[in-house]
Amino acid sequence: MTPGDYLAVALLIVGGVFFLAGTAGLLRFPDVYTRLHALTKADNVGLGLVVAGLALQAESWAVAGKLLLIWLLVLLAGASVAHLVAQAARQRGIKLWKR
Amino acid sequence: MQTLFLVMALFLLLNLGAGMWRVLRGPTAADRMLAAQLFGTTAVATLLLLAQAYGKAALRDVALVFALLAAVTAVAFVRRAWPHQEADRDAG
Repeated sequence: MTPGDYLAVALLIVGGVFFLAGTAGLLRFPDVYTRLHALTKADNVGLGLVVAGLALQAESWAVAGKLLLIWLLVLLAGASVAHLVAQAARQRGIKLWKR
Repeated sequence: MQTLFLVMALFLLLNLGAGMWRVLRGPTAADRMLAAQLFGTTAVATLLLLAQAYGKAALRDVALVFALLAAVTAVAFVRRAWPHQEADRDAG
């Protein structure tokens, strides 16, 4: 294994940890807004790390660029969706969680 | 390396299985929709890993379609499919 391979393995595993954190947040957080926070941030970072790990292993620059574009699309979509859902939840009167 | 890709894909699938709990539980429609968003992101990562593990470039296009569909689904949900009267079910 080359140093690039070790770096890819590390990136993939750290990405998996972020995905696990996102799922744990979705299951454990108390209301829609906090779940949205856990989901749209942690998962997109996790995907970014997985994409970085895969791009290091990609056979050509074109493939690496495509992976990057997929990640950027997911980031854009995730940010828009987070704002849309949060705004819609506010309009429907779902209350913020208070301790 | 291929083993790691497959193990990671399996791990992400287990994450999806755990996310099903939120779909079943709710309590609001938005929570179920959030689980669907989790499925979108995780499915993209799983498909990219499988594309690399099996050397099938077409799976990357599938991942691209999943990313697009997840966004469209959420917009359609917020604009069309979420009724306005469920503020009484948000406790818990």
